[in-house]
Amino acid sequence: MSSFLSYLINGISLGSVYAIIALGYTMVYGIAKMLNFAHGDVIMVGGYTVFICTSMLGLPPVVGILAAVVICTVLGVLIERIAYKPLRGASSLSVLITAIGVSYFLQNAALLLFGADTKSFQSVISIPSITLMNGEVNVSGVTIATVVSCAVILIGLTTFINRTKTGQAMLAVSEDKGAATLMGINVNRTIAITFAIGSALAAIAGVLLCSAYPVLSSTTGAMPGIKAFTAAVFGGIGSIPGALIGGLVMGVIENLSKAYISSQLSDAIVFAVLIVVLLVKPTGLMGKQIQEKV
Amino acid sequence: MKMKRTMCAAMAAAMAVSAAGCGNSASTSETTAAAGGSETTAAAGGSETAAADSGASAEGEFVLGGSGPLTGSAAIYGNAVKNGGQIAVDEINAAGGINGHQVKWIFEDDEADAEKAVNAYNTLKDGGMQMFVGTTTSGACMAVIAETENDNMFQITPSGSTKDITAPANVFRMCFSDPAQGTKSAEYIGQNKLATKVGVIYDNSDAYSSGIYENFVKEAPNQGIEVVGAESFNSESKTDFKTQLQKLKDAGSELVFLPFYYTEASLVLKQANEMGWAPKFFGCDGMDGILSLPDFDTSLAEGLMLLTPFSADASDELTQNFVAKYKEAYGDTPNQFAADAYDAVYVIKAAAETAGITPDMSVSDITDAMEPAMLEVKMDGLTGKDISFDEEGEPNKAPKAVEIVSGAYKSLE
Amino acid sequence: MNMKSKAFRTNAVTYAIVIAFYLICHGLIMSGNMSSLMKGLMVPLCYYVILAVSLNLVVGISGELSLGHAGFMCIGAYSSAIFAVLVDGKMPELLELVLALIIGAGFGALFGFLIGIPVLRLRGDYLAIVTLAFGEIIKNVVNAVYLGIDENGLHFSMKDSLSLGLSENGDTIINGAQGISGLPRTANLTVGVVLVLITLFIVLNLIHSRQGRAIMAIRDNRIAAESVGLSVSKYKMMAFVISAALAGMAGVLYSHNLSALQATSKNFGYNQSIMILVFVVLGGIGNIRGSIIAAVILTVLPEKLRFLSDYRMLIYAIVLISLMLFNSAPKSIAWRKMMSERIRMKKEENRTGAAGDKDGSGEEA
Repeated sequence: MSSFLSYLINGISLGSVYAIIALGYTMVYGIAKMLNFAHGDVIMVGGYTVFICTSMLGLPPVVGILAAVVICTVLGVLIERIAYKPLRGASSLSVLITAIGVSYFLQNAALLLFGADTKSFQSVISIPSITLMNGEVNVSGVTIATVVSCAVILIGLTTFINRTKTGQAMLAVSEDKGAATLMGINVNRTIAITFAIGSALAAIAGVLLCSAYPVLSSTTGAMPGIKAFTAAVFGGIGSIPGALIGGLVMGVIENLSKAYISSQLSDAIVFAVLIVVLLVKPTGLMGKQIQEKV
Repeated sequence: MKMKRTMCAAMAAAMAVSAAGCGNSASTSETTAAAGGSETTAAAGGSETAAADSGASAEGEFVLGGSGPLTGSAAIYGNAVKNGGQIAVDEINAAGGINGHQVKWIFEDDEADAEKAVNAYNTLKDGGMQMFVGTTTSGACMAVIAETENDNMFQITPSGSTKDITAPANVFRMCFSDPAQGTKSAEYIGQNKLATKVGVIYDNSDAYSSGIYENFVKEAPNQGIEVVGAESFNSESKTDFKTQLQKLKDAGSELVFLPFYYTEASLVLKQANEMGWAPKFFGCDGMDGILSLPDFDTSLAEGLMLLTPFSADASDELTQNFVAKYKEAYGDTPNQFAADAYDAVYVIKAAAETAGITPDMSVSDITDAMEPAMLEVKMDGLTGKDISFDEEGEPNKAPKAVEIVSGAYKSLE
Repeated sequence: MNMKSKAFRTNAVTYAIVIAFYLICHGLIMSGNMSSLMKGLMVPLCYYVILAVSLNLVVGISGELSLGHAGFMCIGAYSSAIFAVLVDGKMPELLELVLALIIGAGFGALFGFLIGIPVLRLRGDYLAIVTLAFGEIIKNVVNAVYLGIDENGLHFSMKDSLSLGLSENGDTIINGAQGISGLPRTANLTVGVVLVLITLFIVLNLIHSRQGRAIMAIRDNRIAAESVGLSVSKYKMMAFVISAALAGMAGVLYSHNLSALQATSKNFGYNQSIMILVFVVLGGIGNIRGSIIAAVILTVLPEKLRFLSDYRMLIYAIVLISLMLFNSAPKSIAWRKMMSERIRMKKEENRTGAAGDKDGSGEEA
C-alpha cells in the first residue's frame, strides 16, 4: 500500500510538471491553431537562466525565477514575431516545420553558449519534505511546490481568461479570428500575449522540472515537451482543464506502468493509452467537438 | 504553378552545383592517390579542413581522425574525445611527432547515429585520414567497423564498449568491453561480500548499459549474488527514477548496481536520498565524473563504489598534468572519455614507432604494419599501468575499485 | 486529352531527372571522381527520397498529417534484417535482397493497414499525434525485443537475452537495444535508384488514376466526396497502406546499407519522421518532384556544412527557418509573384520590341 502511494505521488509530481508545460501548448494551440514544437526548448532556456543567476552570479533564487520568466516571455514573443507571424495565413504545416526549425535553433544555440557538459542544477525550492504513514512514504519539497504551483497557475489562468478583457479577447480569437477582428480585437496583439503567457509558464515549468530532476543540458526540454504535448492532446488540445487532467493522467500512468507492468515498455503503454482514449473520444478527454460545415 | 516550377529549377540548380562541387573536390584527392600509387596525405587537398593547411601536409604528416557526437544529447562524450585527443596530439607534436612526423587531428560530428557516423567516417577519409580513433559511442561504432574493415583502416575506439566491435582484425579498443565490466563488477561485489541481494537499474536504449547489465546478471549466480530486481529506463525518460528505486527497495536490495553514466546516476542518488533510502551503490567507468559535476552535492555520493580505470583526482603526475592541461584549454574537468581518447592516441604512437610506419604509406599498409605492432605495446597511460593488447583487440588493464569518501575517491585496494 | 499529355510530360521530366542524376553519379563513381562522403551518401539519398515521396502521398495527396512515418521504416528495416540474418549465406545476394524488399514492404503494408484502422478514424492534429504515438510505440517495443535461434527454432523474449534460453550453439538475432549486427551490405546506388523509380511509378500512376482523383477529392472536401458515393475509409486506407509499404521498402534499403541496426530516436523516432515531413513541406505539399529535390538537398546540406564545425547545426536551423519563411510566408509569396511578373514583363517587352503596356499578361499567372 505504501509503495502504491509512493508511485502515485511520484506520478502526480511528474504529471504536474507535464500539466504546466501542456498548459502552454494548449493555450498557443487554442489561439494560434499551431503546434509550437519549440515550447519544450523555451523550458530549457528558463532552466539555464535560473542556473546562470543562482549558480554563476550567486543571486537569490527569487531573482533567478523572475529573470527566467522575463527572459522566456521576451523570447516567446520574439520567436512569434520573427518566425511565426510572417507565416500567418500560410498552411499550418509550414508553421509546424518552422517551429521545428526554431527548436533546432534553440537547442544548438544553447549547446554553443553553455557547452555540451551537463550542468547540475541546484534546486531553488527550499521546502522541507514531509513523511506520511509512519515514515514509509516520503513527499519531497519539490513535489509539494510543483503541485501547489500547478494549482495556482490553473486557478490564475482560468480567472484571467474569464474575468479580464484580454482573456475574453483570447477566447474570442480562439473561437473565430475573423469575427474577433470585426469586433475590434487586435488579433496580432492577442496572439503575442498568448505567446508571452505560454512562455512565462514554460519558464516556471523549467524551474520546477530542473528542481525536481536537477540536470540541465541543451536537450533537457525536448522530451518533456513531447510528453506534455501528448498530455495536451490527451486532455483535449485547446482546453485548459484538459491540459491539467491530461498531464496528471499521463504522469500517473507512466509511473504506475513502470511499477507494475514493465519499465522497458512504459512509454509504449503511455502512448497506447493515448491512442485508446482518442479512439473513444476523438478530440481528447475535454476537447470540443467541432461540427464540420460543407 | 509557374512559381513552383521556377523554385524547382532553382533548387535543381543548387543541387547540381553542390554535386559538381563535391565532384571537383574529390577529383583532386583521387587523382593524386592514383598518381602516387598510394594514398598520401597530400591527397587531402580537396577537403575543406585539409585544404587550409595542405602546405604542411605536403611535408608528410600523419592524419588521425576521430568521430563522436558533438551535437545532440550525447554531445558531452564526443566533445570529451575530441578534446582529449587534441591534447595528446599537441603533446606529441611538441615532442617531435611520431617517427619524426607531425600529427594532425581531425574530428567530425557523428551525432551518435549509425548513418551519420558512416558519413563522418567518409568525410574524414576525404580529409586524408590514415588512422581512425573512433567512434565514441557503441551503436555508431558497430556500423563503422564494417567500413573500416572494408577499407582496412586501422581503428581504435576510445569508448565503444560493445563486445563485437573488436571482431575485425583492424579494430582495437581502449576502454573495457561490456563483458569485462559486467563480469568484473559482479566478481568484485561477490568476492568482497558487499551484498547478496542486488538490484540493477540500466538504460535499455543504450548498448553500453544493457551490455554491462546482461553480463553482470550472467556472472552474478557464480558469485553468490541474487539479482532481486532489474529495472530499466530509456533515453527518453531518464530523469525520473523514483519508481524504479521504490521497486528495488521493496524487493529488498542491499546494493544497487548502476551501469550507466554519471549524469543520470546523480539523479538516482538524489532521488534515493529524497526517498530516505540509502542502499550501497556500485557503478562502472561511466560513473566517473560524478564528483566533478558542477554544483553536485557530493555528500549524496558518499559511500558510492565504482570500478574505473581513470580518475581525475588521481595523484600521479601523468593524470595531474593531463587534468591541468584539459582544464586550462577547455575549462572542464576531463572525464573517462577524454582520458581514453588521450591514451588511444598514445597507443597509436607507441605502435607506430614499433611498426616504423611513415605518412607516405597507404592506409592498408599502415594497418598491416600496425596490427602486429599493437600486440607489443606496453605503456603506462591515464587509464591504467602496463596497458597491452591481446589478439582480439582488447586492452589488458586493471580497473581500480574506488570508494567515494568525504567527496573524494579513495582507492579500495 | 490535353490534361493527360501534360501530366505525362511532367511525369516524364521527373523520371528523367532521377535517371540523369543516376547516370551522372554513376559516371562520377566509375571515373573515381566522387568523394567518399558522397559515395557513402548515395544509398541514404535514395531511401530519403523514397520516404519523402511516400509520405507526400499521405500528407500531400491524401491530406492527412502523419508523424509516424519512420515507424514503418523501422518495421521494414527490422523485418528484412531478421530475414537477412536467418538466410545469411544460404542464397545469392540479389535473391536475398529482392525477397527482403518484398518482406519489408509487406510488413510495412501490414502494419500500415493495422495502424490505419484506428488512425484514419481521426482528423487533423489528433491523427497526427496518434501516428506519432504509434511510431514511438514501434520504436519502444523493438528496443525491448530479444530474438534468438538455435536448433530448437526461434526463441523470443521481452526481458533480456538470458531469458531466451538458447542452447550452446544458439545465436541471438535481436539483442534488445543493441539491435541486430552482422547484416549484409548489399544495397548500392543502382538498387536504390531502381527502388526510387518503382516508388515514383507507383505514386505517380496512383495520383493520375481514378483512385488517385478519388483520394484527392476526399482531401479537398470529405463530405462532398462522400455524398457522391466515394468510400472515404477505403481510399484513405489505400493511400496510407501504399505509403507504409514504400516506407518499409526504404527501411530495407536502410538495413542493407549499414552492417548494424539499432532503433534510436535518431533513425526511427519522431525526429526522423519530422525530418521526412520537412522534406515534404519544403518541397511543396503534393509536389512529388519537389519532395525528391528537397530530400536530396536537405540530406546533403548538413554534410556540406561540416566545415562550419560547431556552428553546423545552428546554421542548418537558420537555413531551415529562412527557407520556410521564403517559401511559405504570404508576403514572400506575393513578393516573388511580383518579381517574376516583372521579369516576365521585361522579357515580353524585349520579345515584342515594343515599349507598350501589357496589362493583360499579368492575369495568366
